[in-house]
Amino acid sequence: MRIRTAGVVAVLGLALAASGCGGSDSDKPAAKESAKATGGKLVIWADDKRTAALKPFAEEFGKENGVTVEVQAVSKDLQTNFVTASQQGSGPDVVVGAHDWIGNLVQNGAIDPVQLAAEQKSAFNETAVKAVTFNGQLYGVPYATENVALIRNTELAPEAPKTIEELVTTGKKLKAEKKASEILCLQSGQNGDAYHVYPLYTSGGGYLFGTAANGDYDPKDLGVGKPESIAAFQKIAKLGEKGDGALKRSITGENSIATFTGKKCAFLVSGPWAIADAKKANIKYDISAVPGFAGGKEAQPFVGVQAFYVAAKGKNKALAQEFVTNYVTKPELAVALYKAEPRPPALTAAFDQVKGEDPDLAKFQEAGKNGQVLPAIPAMAAIWDPFGKAEAAIIGGADPAKTITAAGKTIAGQIK
Amino acid sequence: MSTSLSGPGSAQQAPGREPVRRGLPRKSRTARNHAPITATGLVVKVVLLGLVAGIAIWAAFPLIKAEHWIGLAILAATTAGLFYLYLGRRHIPAKYLVPGTIFLIAFQVFPVLYTASTAFTNFGDGHRGSKDDAIVAIQTSSVKQVPGSTEYSLSIATKGDPATGPLVFLLSDPKTKEVFAGDAGGLRKLDAGDVEASSLTGKVTAADGYTVLNIGQASVRSKEITDLVVPTSGGAIRSNGLTRAYEGKAVRAYDAGCDCVKDSETGKTWTADPATGAFVAADGERLTQGWKVNVGLKNFSRVLTDPNISGPFFGTLLWNFAFAIGSTGLTFLLGMAIALALHSPRMRGTNLYRVLLILPYAMPSFAMLLVWRDMFNTDFGLVNNLFGLDVDWFGQSWSARAAVLLVQLWLGYPYMFLVATGALQAIPRELTEATSVDGASPWQSFRAVTLPLLLVALSPLLIASFAYNFNNINAIWLTTEGGPFAPDNPTNGATDLLITYTYRLAFGAQGAEFGMAAAVSIFIFAIVATVSAISFRRTRKQEEVYS
Repeated sequence: MRIRTAGVVAVLGLALAASGCGGSDSDKPAAKESAKATGGKLVIWADDKRTAALKPFAEEFGKENGVTVEVQAVSKDLQTNFVTASQQGSGPDVVVGAHDWIGNLVQNGAIDPVQLAAEQKSAFNETAVKAVTFNGQLYGVPYATENVALIRNTELAPEAPKTIEELVTTGKKLKAEKKASEILCLQSGQNGDAYHVYPLYTSGGGYLFGTAANGDYDPKDLGVGKPESIAAFQKIAKLGEKGDGALKRSITGENSIATFTGKKCAFLVSGPWAIADAKKANIKYDISAVPGFAGGKEAQPFVGVQAFYVAAKGKNKALAQEFVTNYVTKPELAVALYKAEPRPPALTAAFDQVKGEDPDLAKFQEAGKNGQVLPAIPAMAAIWDPFGKAEAAIIGGADPAKTITAAGKTIAGQIK
Repeated sequence: MSTSLSGPGSAQQAPGREPVRRGLPRKSRTARNHAPITATGLVVKVVLLGLVAGIAIWAAFPLIKAEHWIGLAILAATTAGLFYLYLGRRHIPAKYLVPGTIFLIAFQVFPVLYTASTAFTNFGDGHRGSKDDAIVAIQTSSVKQVPGSTEYSLSIATKGDPATGPLVFLLSDPKTKEVFAGDAGGLRKLDAGDVEASSLTGKVTAADGYTVLNIGQASVRSKEITDLVVPTSGGAIRSNGLTRAYEGKAVRAYDAGCDCVKDSETGKTWTADPATGAFVAADGERLTQGWKVNVGLKNFSRVLTDPNISGPFFGTLLWNFAFAIGSTGLTFLLGMAIALALHSPRMRGTNLYRVLLILPYAMPSFAMLLVWRDMFNTDFGLVNNLFGLDVDWFGQSWSARAAVLLVQLWLGYPYMFLVATGALQAIPRELTEATSVDGASPWQSFRAVTLPLLLVALSPLLIASFAYNFNNINAIWLTTEGGPFAPDNPTNGATDLLITYTYRLAFGAQGAEFGMAAAVSIFIFAIVATVSAISFRRTRKQEEVYS
């Protein structure tokens, strides 16, 4: 009995084992065969929206060249997942993402520089090329730019305000007439939002990082905590809850666009992503640059760039370079990506092509003309949280000098 | 709250309560030896062992490929051990204990050990890989096009079979239309007569003695193509994709002699610093790409000595206890009160009430926390609008704390209600009836009989709930994010738990610092373990009193 049991188990175990081996054995030659027939495989990681837009083009690239292209959607934490996977050797060959990831991706050795010919480079918007340049090297091929602008409800506010003060006057009047309940929808929340308040900060004279000799941001010259930043936040404080009430912590990333489309405020500071909602709500709107303080400096929004990167540890780097440098640089792809999500294309030719059918695009680009490239250096990661919290505290009525000095100290302590 | 059901459920089996079976008569053991082998039993055994073998083989291939011989040895030993154990008839107790032990090791012991070992390193963004990885990254990212050099059109060719033959770059200069063949030996000019090229781009389509690969064929040999560099006087010609090539030069190179990286353009050197895992120049400038090193107790000493971390530590710890005790205590009180009310025999429609009361528990807490956060909004939130208040809930320390506890109460009481209902039904009604016969008031009978008996059953669950809430990152991160923050300290907020505070410290700065996070989580582990150990000991004493 005992021998029989053991025997049965052993035979079955062996059978299973053999089937396991058989599976992988039969897999391998098959894979090789198909590789011979269809060439190598290219794996691209992107977020959900872009995956859908990329798929037809990826398939076309595959067909044209006899290779397999797989576009995989990573809907959450694409950057972190990419860094982790690339360290494990299981990452993709190409990844699509925002340019401010570059610093972190480079410090983790996750992406390689790309080499573009001079005439390829000149086909792009200059700011976009600057954004993907890090330590003097080009690290990605840009395809779209984005920046915030002032979107206003033209029924409530027909004229674009030239200064923040003008905006506040109009907003207060609308509030008094009960036509709106808020002066300005600029998202802050309890913990602030450095990205959206940045135009006001620059108009007040503040800066984040100085510029090094080679044109890159210099993490050693931190502007937060300097007298200029305090002056800027003193101006912002006047717009806060204890002042004009134009900036409020109760306006958050979740409700700012909804409040604007609900006609509760006439002015919204947001990016191209807010337009779809405004159109859906049948709001008559116009787009202009975020105004600065009267007598202050120019209000400069952050300019962000979306780009394609070649993974340093990809299995098919040559093919990835081929795709990124020779295929992504074609205007057709940029136009398709624009249609998936309306951000201004970084390729000048593609921008000109879609400009005609979408007047908002030119307005957004105009509003971001004097914008500052969002710093891609790793030190930028240390800015967001303390800067935002300082903003929220000051909007709530805290002393600007004390708050900003503390924020500057925290940020400096975190920058290695 | 929700996961506290699954994890510590086994804690219900308090020590000392399981029936004692130690003294089983010898006879029953021999009787078991004669127990017939049923067909089902045999099939289950065969399938399970087959699965074990299958998993072992599935896991072996990657281990062999990565040459992890120790891992392979452990795998082989474990599999062999399992087969020996379950194919034999002896070692009955081990047969019951081993599966649990293996899962315990895989899912508890190993992660804890891994966390502990991470705490002694600088593992994190910029320090993820080995030194060799960092050197490769530094060198590749410093490759620059040689100024004024030619951009070639590239065709990848071979001198033999497309899949295996040695690779050659056929390079054509788009301006002069000259064609070169390049391999690791260098560059040779090809005779124009031997070459066919596209008139538009100058790209070589065929050449005598060479097989030109199409993109599909070339892409299979991607790695060889990337690795092939054609040395030239100014640098080396490298492929850029499969159709273009450029003359590039790695500006920075590692020199093993001085263990440093040299920049050939500026002459600057960065020397390896094994203490921090980075290349550091004389002026203190660091190269971006670093590597993982052991830093000893540095992470631990930073937790204790850095005033930014240790300063607010005790305040946070105090609130952390208050939050965990408050969440557990309040939900328990409310849950029990409702359970008692519904337990009363005079109550009608109890089933309907029960269903309604369990609703908050049935909704995903993740989404509910976000909804509650918006309900506490000063201007647009339901709470203020409904009651006509103008409270800046998340803007002031105490209101934020109260709001967080209120949300916890709403999310957590159905669980306490459920378990209290169950425990109440297990208490015989005769006991309370006996007290009322003795003339005790309902309150007295509750205090003296019902509550102690309830606590016997529920104490382990309360401890589990406490331990869970002590580290309840969602409850804080999705509502207040730890805020409100004092204007002069953006690192520590009024509702911060140790875990949210740690998260901000470890991931808020320049990218993730896993080493640091691991060190703080070891501290938190020690605190929770101590509290739980003390509580369990007290519970046991309590049981001895009442049983």
